[in-house]
Amino acid sequence: MAAEDAPPAPRRPDPAGTPDATAGSGPPARTRVVLAEVSRRSRWPAGTHTELTQQTRVGEALVRGLVRAQLALALQLSAVVMVGLGGLPWLFAIAPSVGRMTVLGVNLPWLLLGVLSFPFLVAVGWTYVRLAERNEQDFTDLVQRPER
Amino acid sequence: MGNDLVVPAIVAVTLVTVAIGFYGLRLARTTSDFLVASRVVSPTWNAAAIGGEYLSAASFLGVAGLILKYGVDVLWYPVGFAAGYLALLLFVAAPLRRSGAFTLPDFCELRLGSRRLRTLATVFVIFIGWLYLVPQLQGAGLTLATLAGSPYPVGALVVAAVVTANVALGGMRAVTFVQAFQYWLKLTALAVPAIFLALQWQADGRPAVTPPDGATFRTATTVVVEQRAVLTLSDGQTLEVRPGDELSFAEGEPVPEVSGVANGAADWLLPSDAGSDDRGLFGTYSLILATFLGTMGLPHVLVRFYTNPDGAAARRTTLVVLALVGVFYLLPTIYGVLGRIYTPQLLVTGQTDAVVVLLPEAALGAGTTGRLLAALVAAGAFAAFLSTSSGLLTSVAGVISTDVLGRGSVRGFRLATVIAGVVPTVLALNVSGLDVSQVVGLAFAVAASSFCPLLVLGIWWRGLTDAGAAAGILVGGGAAVASVLVTVLGPALTGWPATLIAQPAAWTVPLAFTVMIAVSLATRRRAPTDIGRTMLRLHAPDALHS
Repeated sequence: MAAEDAPPAPRRPDPAGTPDATAGSGPPARTRVVLAEVSRRSRWPAGTHTELTQQTRVGEALVRGLVRAQLALALQLSAVVMVGLGGLPWLFAIAPSVGRMTVLGVNLPWLLLGVLSFPFLVAVGWTYVRLAERNEQDFTDLVQRPER
Repeated sequence: MGNDLVVPAIVAVTLVTVAIGFYGLRLARTTSDFLVASRVVSPTWNAAAIGGEYLSAASFLGVAGLILKYGVDVLWYPVGFAAGYLALLLFVAAPLRRSGAFTLPDFCELRLGSRRLRTLATVFVIFIGWLYLVPQLQGAGLTLATLAGSPYPVGALVVAAVVTANVALGGMRAVTFVQAFQYWLKLTALAVPAIFLALQWQADGRPAVTPPDGATFRTATTVVVEQRAVLTLSDGQTLEVRPGDELSFAEGEPVPEVSGVANGAADWLLPSDAGSDDRGLFGTYSLILATFLGTMGLPHVLVRFYTNPDGAAARRTTLVVLALVGVFYLLPTIYGVLGRIYTPQLLVTGQTDAVVVLLPEAALGAGTTGRLLAALVAAGAFAAFLSTSSGLLTSVAGVISTDVLGRGSVRGFRLATVIAGVVPTVLALNVSGLDVSQVVGLAFAVAASSFCPLLVLGIWWRGLTDAGAAAGILVGGGAAVASVLVTVLGPALTGWPATLIAQPAAWTVPLAFTVMIAVSLATRRRAPTDIGRTMLRLHAPDALHS
């Protein structure tokens, strides 16, 4: 896997290209993947991408904004989990009566941890995927606007 | 245990695993096919494969055993194992896929451009991989010994041989199909018997899980003790038992209290209190930190992300995995709770990990239904050993073939697989006394204190330097490794030192983050100059790539 050791391609970060190079004499089937990459590439105006990769001040600011938005989103949602789940041991410890409450004959901690925590985690994950994709869409729109 | 269906069930699972492996082999041709399944695996297959690979012996057997033994406090294990995927989704999934890194050492080099850091990461990947492989092989040995009466080494050797051959011959393409199949097998193997168990519990008139007078034996039971313990009998008399001791209990006789186990209803049913049980609370938070943050640092989990076509797909796949894993973790609790009613003798023998495989026959009797369900559960347990070991072996072998042997050929990968498989097998045959769930927990703690800070800071913070990353991994990860070694080899500790060493994550994770940030700030000049380009590559939407 010598190509994995090489530094990333400077201009055109294309993760798909790295392992292909390791294949050596690949079978013809490989070509199809490469062609698909080429056709996808042509959808985007060359200028947009150059602006970002050339490290212009505008491009740099755009990327910083995106990273900050995505990080803020991830931190906000982890705070939701930290309070929602991480607060439980503390709550049970300082207010033992909460732990003794029963719902439908089952003690509350068992119900919260054994059953409800899983849909809660999935719901947080689903929210994240939706909002993260929206952030990316906003970024793409912003980058494209000058060309349109 | 005279169940004649168990061995055929295990043989069937093994044969199907090998057969799917060979089906994949016809498709695997080049090195890139071998290592990353050519990135044409669909998200649903990939998510099932990730779930199948992740749900190990610790999840399939260990969680139910822990719940039987300790009660509500250990429900954090399944919650944490699932929540680990949420942390992975929030902080790592999409950027890691876009980075193009296939292993953790690749990520180190891509992000920080340091060969020495790459070597350090390689050492940690191999350590975590082997630390996680040993209990899988041990679990296989113990399960086969419990169910089929074979000697301990047989199960461990069978799993090691099947997995090594399968990975060496089929690579990851084959493994993807195998893993996806095994997720559904494991889910079925726990869900179907759970339905029968619940119906049986209804039919028995819903016996109380924590009867006011303490648990009783439902049938006359003879117990062979496997672990040293002090028993407190119902008349207040204490009795010290040693492995090999035989005890007989009549029907309806109360279960003796066992030292080191949550015996009383309140102890088992209710969470630890502040003041009276501060160490328990510390242990709970440490466990939460290790499992939430450790998942992203497990080598076999990260390798999978490369098989997604792009960052957005990696995110969606992770969400599906979170749902699949969450569904699975609803089940072990049922076994742990019903084990309290139907297999209380396991508390006396100390073999609580066997609750999942013994419960069907204990509750439903040794009729055809009970034996069929027991065989199904045994097949699921074997699927768990095979799939997790395959994933771990693939990733350790990938790292060894790339970074240690330095070859990219298919033959190099095969050689690396054999090396990666032999070492944990030898270890598993020589240390049979380790506790399965605890070792798995320690592997999570090491991953959370070494690779979690590296990934999170590497992806989100421009200021990370190679020196900072190396210092953080050495100090944080090193402290966690030292805790592992003291736990496994060192003297028995008591009080706070024991708690700090047994559940190290609560202090080693913050330590790793602090050192990594502080040293990076002190060596600011070493920060990579092309960081802007790297950040663009990690975070720009997939459509803008290329």
